[in-house]
Amino acid sequence: MLLIPCPWCGERDVHEFHCGGEAHITRPAGADTIDDAAWADYLFMRQNPKGLYYERWNHAHGCRKWFHVVRDTVSDQILAVYQMDEAPPDIPGRSS
Amino acid sequence: MGSGSMADARSPLAHLDGATVIERDGVRLAENPDAGKVNLRGDAGDAVWLAAIQAAVEIDLPQAPNTSTETPPLSALWLAPDEWMLVCADGSEGDVVASLEGAVAEFHASVVDVTDARTVFRLSGAGARNLLAKGCALDLHPRAFGLGDVAQTMLAKAAVILHQTTDDADEAGPVFDIYVPRSFADYLWSWLTDAIG
Repeated sequence: MLLIPCPWCGERDVHEFHCGGEAHITRPAGADTIDDAAWADYLFMRQNPKGLYYERWNHAHGCRKWFHVVRDTVSDQILAVYQMDEAPPDIPGRSS
Repeated sequence: MGSGSMADARSPLAHLDGATVIERDGVRLAENPDAGKVNLRGDAGDAVWLAAIQAAVEIDLPQAPNTSTETPPLSALWLAPDEWMLVCADGSEGDVVASLEGAVAEFHASVVDVTDARTVFRLSGAGARNLLAKGCALDLHPRAFGLGDVAQTMLAKAAVILHQTTDDADEAGPVFDIYVPRSFADYLWSWLTDAIG
């Protein structure tokens, strides 16, 4: 069972959550003028790393709040949890 | 259940013809469809708003996650940093809504009568924790979940609000109120009935 530490409710079963995918993706400026390739890159292309991944999660069956999670995609270990308006934290000894 | 000019609300277990109390092996399960419920949202960081709520319904909203407060006949359950559920006596939800609406009119807040959205299963007895643990991933040991604690979680895959209303040391054992969406009530009742064994 994978436990995710909701910043409000504490550790809960992963089934209470909805994963919102990769975090910190910025909508490009001038969306009506950029070409299709740049738009597709924003819309579809994700890092899919083997290692640290910065994700958005929603506690769908709990407090229904969004928050950020840093997860190791190899071990599913969760290394940090932080609020939506916070900058991604550095994980000592690890690089994304 | 409900009141006023609308048709009388029916229990989602009405088809069981009143067979909604089960006592077996140190566990008692009963439906309690007669609680009023009001959803309240607003800014917990705004002391003026909190004071307006206190003045209107005379209960302090819980600020700590997963907790509740009680000032009879009202209980306030923490649902999220900006959301609570007030539980009141059957039929009084209209008055609670009216009081709150008057208090929050000047604020960015919302008050909704959700009485008929959920029914309540009251589970009690020495075996209640073990029964819940069959279908719930929460740590239900008394040191982790005790009197007054609240959790929105999954019980047998149904999204419920769990609230412990009576202490384990009480003669009847711990009492848990399980708020279940009415569309899940029949399913969860069947599951609990089976789980009691």
